[in-house]
Amino acid sequence: MSRLTEQFENPEDARLLLGRITELARASGRDKIQFMEVCGTHTVAIFRYGIRQLIPNNIRLLSGPGCPVCVTPNPSIDEFIELARKPRVIATVFGDMMRVPGTRSSLESEKARGADVRMVYSSLDAVKIARENSDKLIVFFAVGFETTAPTIAATLLAAEKEGVENFFILPANKLIPPAISAVLDTEGLALDGLICPGHVSAIIGSNAYEFVASTYGVAAVVAGFQSTDILHSIYLLLSQVVEGSPRVQTQYSRLVGEEGNPAALKAMYDVFEPCDSAWRGLGTIPMSGLKLRSEFSKFDISGKFEITVTDSREPEGCLCGEVLRGKAEPEDCPLFATACTPEEPVGACMVTTEGTCQAHYQFRES
Amino acid sequence: MHGYDGRDLPGTLPIQGELRLRRSKPDFITLAHGSGGRAAHDLITGFFLPYFDNPILKALDDQGVFPVEGGRLAFTTDSYVVDPLFFRGGDIGKLSICGTVNDVAMCGARPLFLSVAFVIEEGFEIDKLEKILVSMKEASREAEVAVVTADTKVVEKGACDGVFINTSGVGIVPPGVEISANRVQVGDAVLVSGPIGEHGVAIISEREGISFETEVSSDCAPLAGMVDAILTAGLRPHAMRDPTRGGVATTLNEIALASGVEIELEEESLPVTAAVKNACDLLGFDPLYVANEGKLVAFVPEKEADRTLDVMKANKYGESAARIGRVTSSGKARVFMKTRIGGRRFVDMLVGEQFPRIC
Repeated sequence: MSRLTEQFENPEDARLLLGRITELARASGRDKIQFMEVCGTHTVAIFRYGIRQLIPNNIRLLSGPGCPVCVTPNPSIDEFIELARKPRVIATVFGDMMRVPGTRSSLESEKARGADVRMVYSSLDAVKIARENSDKLIVFFAVGFETTAPTIAATLLAAEKEGVENFFILPANKLIPPAISAVLDTEGLALDGLICPGHVSAIIGSNAYEFVASTYGVAAVVAGFQSTDILHSIYLLLSQVVEGSPRVQTQYSRLVGEEGNPAALKAMYDVFEPCDSAWRGLGTIPMSGLKLRSEFSKFDISGKFEITVTDSREPEGCLCGEVLRGKAEPEDCPLFATACTPEEPVGACMVTTEGTCQAHYQFRES
Repeated sequence: MHGYDGRDLPGTLPIQGELRLRRSKPDFITLAHGSGGRAAHDLITGFFLPYFDNPILKALDDQGVFPVEGGRLAFTTDSYVVDPLFFRGGDIGKLSICGTVNDVAMCGARPLFLSVAFVIEEGFEIDKLEKILVSMKEASREAEVAVVTADTKVVEKGACDGVFINTSGVGIVPPGVEISANRVQVGDAVLVSGPIGEHGVAIISEREGISFETEVSSDCAPLAGMVDAILTAGLRPHAMRDPTRGGVATTLNEIALASGVEIELEEESLPVTAAVKNACDLLGFDPLYVANEGKLVAFVPEKEADRTLDVMKANKYGESAARIGRVTSSGKARVFMKTRIGGRRFVDMLVGEQFPRIC
């Protein structure tokens, strides 16, 4: 292990932190304290380290909406699938999107049937495909949070500069803070604290979560991804709960500042502007998505083809929506691990490794 | 074929002691069917196997072992379709020799002869092909095997991606050697011959032009020498397998299923280099599921564990060999890991494919 990560996976530190967490959990006198990890990477890390079994029983960790694949709603997926079917189109996507079931098909199935669907690791790769295939239309499915949006913005700025004319995006990027508001507005979900995402926060800065404490009175800690990062963050959240003073703290200070990354934010807002956006499970959240500014709207594929997707719906019986809001655990879903498995996923949360349902499936014990 | 016994019913396979109905006949073949994870197993056991039903194939080891006059032969075949064709630490040629040599060797057999078949795309550069042949020659020489029959087909541009190679191999199983995934016993120590995840990380960084702080090379290597040294020392592993696609986690699950045992790993003792760990953190991968091409996992009786480890370490491909766990009980076929911070978690087979995270 590298020295950097080793420093944050020290068993001795973990034992110390667990001891303090246990003391505080007892001192709180509460039967149930609920924290939500917003980000899918945290969900997986918590399972990988076995943290759920190590912390006291009265602390409950819920998984949140921070998985870009999971929150992309079926109408967006159906629209992109329709685009992929068009002649002359090369559809480019992040690998995780390939297997997400739309209403009737998935990109993976379309690819097997002959559509030109290509997996890319970055929007920059998609532009490269555009340069190499001037007779084709290259469409990139722009999903992801504040982590991917700046790269997509930079890609479009470069494409504009170079005069690439056959590259388009289907804009579906989303913003994390409005989704957190929507979760905190959910009735009957009594959250005491949020484990805030590390990567997104490196872009938007910890100040972006001030409203969590000031408006909702909920504790917030921006956390790193190694085992003691997460335990340390749980400890900080518990301290806030016991002291009764919710505020925003940054445990992941080696990467996250208060203001975030101004250059990335500038690129993002030079190209995009906020708009209302539909999320799987959370419905339409005001100003939670990104659309292209008018100067860049020529890169928007919407409207370039006649595509009408009217019958989009979520799969019957699937509880992904409830899971994404922390209202249900994957095990509550009648399809979980029976009709819905990572090989044959019914819901989006079972498709990606960072999806809550797949994490629960992958690390289930029976 | 890697796998376990699906003898119950076509399309039905036991998962952790329970029977779960699975669709054995998908509408289309998708890339997930080639990932080496559970989708591949479902397809093999539920769809392919019934058509070729015989007791040797049914054992679903990496090789078929059958008696001939005067001894037993091990026979295996594998096709290589790697992208990119050339990568840090090897190329498709080296891979096609080492992979098949290793599959023969994992049952304790000494690999002797190989067949090679090329499918070449029209327009493929002859210099590249020559580079591949040189690699194959060097790997064959090191593994002490001879290519004794071969075939070449050329297909139209676009009908394949550069070059595909199939190799088959035969070897002789020494008398008295019985090594199979279904022979593991409670109390066995689990050993791995070196740091895991290097091939998969090397391929993905090369394919996608992602560079990491320290570049990772593929571990692609022939392991017949190491296996021979283990057997020559008089040691008798119960099971050996090379954890290729699907990684160490998938291989351990296959063996747990074949022998009906529970395996417990220690995260602390799992050899992972800093470079692989950092790359996996960045991509959102778990090194346990990343492919290896020059490692073996061995299940050995506890009393032979230290000596086997010494023999592995004396081999140039096993210098960082480590004991990573043990077989704790029989009955339930599953794999657990004690995490570095004292947690305990279930380690499943690779489900789906590992894709780099978006966020």
